[in-house]
Amino acid sequence: MLFILLFLLFHTHAYALDVSEYTLKNGLKVLILEDHKAPTATFQIWYRVGSRDENTGKTGLSHLLEHMMFKGTKKHGPKTFSQAIQRAGGTDNAFTSKEYTGYFELLASDRIGLPIELEADRMRNLILTKEAVLSERDVVMEERRLHYEDDPQRLVYEGVVAMAFMNHPYRWPVIGWMSDLKGLEPDDLINHYQTWYAPNNAVIIVVGDVKKEEILSKITDAFGDIPAAPAIKTVKTEEAQQRGERRFFVKKEAELPFIVSAYKAPDIRHEDGFALDVLGSILSDGKSSRLYQSLVYEQQIALSAWAGYEGLYKDPFLFLTGATAAFGKNIEDVEKAINAEIEKFKKAPPSEREVQKAKNQIEASFIMGQDSIYMQAKMIGSFEMIGGWRLWEKYLEGIRKVSPEDVRRVTEKYLVSDTRTTGILIPLKDGNK
Amino acid sequence: MIKKIHVFILLFLCSPGLFITSSYAAPIAEREVLDNGMTLLHSGKTGLPIVTVVIAIKAGSVVEPEDKSGLANLTADLLNEGTKTRSSKEISDAIEFVGGSLSTARGADYITVSLSVLKKDIGMGFDLLSDIILNPAFSDAEIQRRKTAIKNSIIQQKEDPGVIASKAFGEAVFGKHPYGKPAEGTEESLDRITREDIAAFHQGYYLPNNTIMTVVGDISKGELKSMLNRYFMNWQRRDSKELSLPASALKDKPKVIKIQKNLAQANIIIGHLGIKRDNPDYYAVSVMNYILGGGGFASRLMDNIRDNKGLAYDVHSYFSANKYAGSFQAGFQTKNESANTAIAEALKEMERMRTEPVSDKELSDAKSYLTGSFPLRIDSNRKIAAFLTAVEYYGLGLDYVDNYRKFIEAVTKDDILRAAKKYLHTGSYVLVVVGDMEKAALKY
Repeated sequence: MLFILLFLLFHTHAYALDVSEYTLKNGLKVLILEDHKAPTATFQIWYRVGSRDENTGKTGLSHLLEHMMFKGTKKHGPKTFSQAIQRAGGTDNAFTSKEYTGYFELLASDRIGLPIELEADRMRNLILTKEAVLSERDVVMEERRLHYEDDPQRLVYEGVVAMAFMNHPYRWPVIGWMSDLKGLEPDDLINHYQTWYAPNNAVIIVVGDVKKEEILSKITDAFGDIPAAPAIKTVKTEEAQQRGERRFFVKKEAELPFIVSAYKAPDIRHEDGFALDVLGSILSDGKSSRLYQSLVYEQQIALSAWAGYEGLYKDPFLFLTGATAAFGKNIEDVEKAINAEIEKFKKAPPSEREVQKAKNQIEASFIMGQDSIYMQAKMIGSFEMIGGWRLWEKYLEGIRKVSPEDVRRVTEKYLVSDTRTTGILIPLKDGNK
Repeated sequence: MIKKIHVFILLFLCSPGLFITSSYAAPIAEREVLDNGMTLLHSGKTGLPIVTVVIAIKAGSVVEPEDKSGLANLTADLLNEGTKTRSSKEISDAIEFVGGSLSTARGADYITVSLSVLKKDIGMGFDLLSDIILNPAFSDAEIQRRKTAIKNSIIQQKEDPGVIASKAFGEAVFGKHPYGKPAEGTEESLDRITREDIAAFHQGYYLPNNTIMTVVGDISKGELKSMLNRYFMNWQRRDSKELSLPASALKDKPKVIKIQKNLAQANIIIGHLGIKRDNPDYYAVSVMNYILGGGGFASRLMDNIRDNKGLAYDVHSYFSANKYAGSFQAGFQTKNESANTAIAEALKEMERMRTEPVSDKELSDAKSYLTGSFPLRIDSNRKIAAFLTAVEYYGLGLDYVDNYRKFIEAVTKDDILRAAKKYLHTGSYVLVVVGDMEKAALKY
C-alpha cells in the first residue's frame, strides 16, 4: 500500500515542469522556471538559426557569427561583453548546433539585470568590422584544426553525417568546411545577423532563484521596443529515401580502428522515437548495457562501444552506433558483433526488466538533471527549438509507455542495412618527415 | 538521447582556467570525525529527492611504489569489478537498474568513489558502496581484463596530441615524482603489478582514517548515521605508512621537447614547477594567474594570442596546487607555421607579468570575478560535494566560504608582482611542442 502510494505521488510530480511562458508584442518568447535551491540563475537567449539554415559555399556562418557576437556594439565596445559578466562574478558562453544558436550567462541571481541589458543590446546593435571578422575567422579555423583535422574519430563522424544526408542541409558540419571558412566575408555575416537575430526568432530562458514577475518586467523593459523582423521564408529540402547501404573509409594517422554507423531515424515527435530512445539505452547506457557486456567485457574486441538515438531535431535524423577496436582486433569483427547485437532485438524483444531499467535511467536522469539550473535551461531550450518545451513532458510520458515489443518493432523497422551509412577509420602509422 | 545530444555542439569558449563569494549565514556542512577515524561531512538539502556521496581515500598515485606506477589507478578501477559476493555485472546492473551511478576516479593525492541515487534507493546504494570499498574480490580474470583495457586506452591516447604533450610535460617537470607519471601507468609497469600488490595496496591504504566521506542531498543526519551503522560498522582503523617523496626541482635552463606528428596544429605547453596548495601565496598566485591566462577573455594570453592575433582557439594557463608542489602551465594549439610567434607571445606575457605591475582595473576585475563567482561553485549538490571534499582534504576549514573572500580581497598589486617574480620562470621553463616540426621550424 505504501509502495503504491509513493509511486503515484512520484508519477504526478516527476514530469510537471513549472515553466511560465510569455510572448512579448514583438514576438519574443520568454520561458521562466523558478528554482530557489541556490542564489544563482542562468539567463539564456536562443535564436532559431543553425547550420541547417546555411547554404553551399557559406557553411559555418551561424557558428562564426556566434563568435562575432562577443565583439562589441556601439554602446559596449569591443572585448567588453565577457569582461563585464566576469566582473559581476558570472560566466558566459555560447553554443551552435544544426538547429539553433544559443548564448548564456550564469551568475548570482541578484545580478541578472546585467545579462538582460547586454543581450538586448547585442540582438540588434552588433558592430561587424572587416578586421575583426577576418581575425575571428582565423580563430575558427584553428578550432576546426583542433576538433576535426587532428581528431581522426571526429573526421569519421563528420563524414558519416555528410554521407547519410545527400539532400538535407544536415549534411554539413556546424563548424563549416575549411574552404568555406576561408571565403566567408563580413557581408555574409551582416546578412545572416540582420535576417535571423530578431525578437520574433528568439526565445529567452531563465532558470534559477528569480521571481518571474520581476524578471518578465526587466525583460520587457530591455527587449520590448526592439521591432519584429519580417517573417523568414525557408526552403525545406527533404532527404530522399536511402536505397542501399553507404560505406566509406578514412585513412589517417591513428592508433586504433574505429567505426560509426548511422541509420535513418524519425525525430522525437514521431511516436517511434520513444522506443528508439529505449533501444539506445538498452544497448549503451552503462556497464550493464548489451554492447558493453558483449563487445567490451565478454569478447574484449572493443575498447568502447556505444549507440544512441539522436531525435532532438526538427527533421528526421539518425540512430548511431560506434566502437573503437581493441588493439590487434579487426574492425570487421567489431562491426559484425555490433550488428549481431542489433539482430537479437529483431528476433526477440528485450526483457521487461531491461525496458524497465531504461525507463528508470531516463526518469532518474530527469530528476538528477534538476540539480543543475544550466542543464534544466538547456533541456527546455533543446525541446523548444524543435517544437515547444512541452515536448519534454510528452517525451517523458512517451518513454513510460514503451513496451518490449515496441523496441523489437522499431529495431526491425529502422535499424536496417539499406538505410545505414558506415564510416571506418583505417589507422596509418605516423610517417616521419 | 538526453545524455548524448550535446556532444557535437560546438562551444565557443573553452575556459578551463576559470574558477570561481559571498557570505553565508548557515554553515555549509556539518563535520564530524567518527570513532574509526573517518571524517564525515554532511550537508542536508531537501529540494530534490536525490543523494550524492563522495568518498575520498588517500590512496592516490603519490603513495604507490616507484616501480608499480598505475597501481593506485588499477586498484580503484577494480573496486566495482566484483566483490566477495557480487560479480562485476551484478554491481553495474543493480545500480543502473535504479538509474543511479556508482563510479571510481583516480587521482594523485586521493582517489574517489562516488554514488548518486534517488532517495528511495539510498539503502541499496550504501550497501553497494560499502561492499565495493570493503570487500573487493580482485579476481585474476578481472585484473587481466582491466589491465588489457587500460593498455588499450594508453595506445589510444597516442592519437591525442594534447595527451601526448601533457605526458611529456609532466615527465620533464616532475622527474621521478608521481605527479610526473601517467596515473594509469605504462604497459611495462602494469605487467609488473601482481594481485598481491593490489590486495596489499588496498589493505594498506583503504582505511577509514584515510577517508573523507561527503554526503549531500535529501538525507537527514539520523538517516545517514543509521546507514553508516548498518553498512560501515566493520571498517576498522589501522595505521598506514607514509612515503617520503623526492622533491622535484626547477630546471636551470629551458628544456625543449619536440615531438614529431603529422598534424595540422602544433600543440604547445610552456611551464614549470608550481606551488603547493598550502602555500600562503596561493591567493596572490590565483589573482595573478587569472590576469595572465586563467580568466578566459579577461586574461592577457587570450587577449593577445586569440583576440588580437587570431592564432588559437583555446589559450589558457593554470597552477595545479596540490599536496605537493604542482605545475604551472600555459597551453594553446596553433597551426604549425604560427608556433614560433605564439610561443614568443606567451613568454612575453609571462615576462611582462614578472616585470610590470598589473593595472588597477585588472586587479579589481580579477578580485571581483574570483569573489563574486563563489556562489556558482556551490550551487548544486554535485558541486557542493566536490567543494567540501577539497576543503577538508586541504584543511581549508568550513568557514572557507567566508575566508576565501578575505584572502582574495587582501591581495595587492605588489603581492602579484612579487608572486609573479617568484613563481613564473621565463629562463627555466619546459617547452613541449607536438606537431609537424618541418612546418613549425622552431627557433626554440
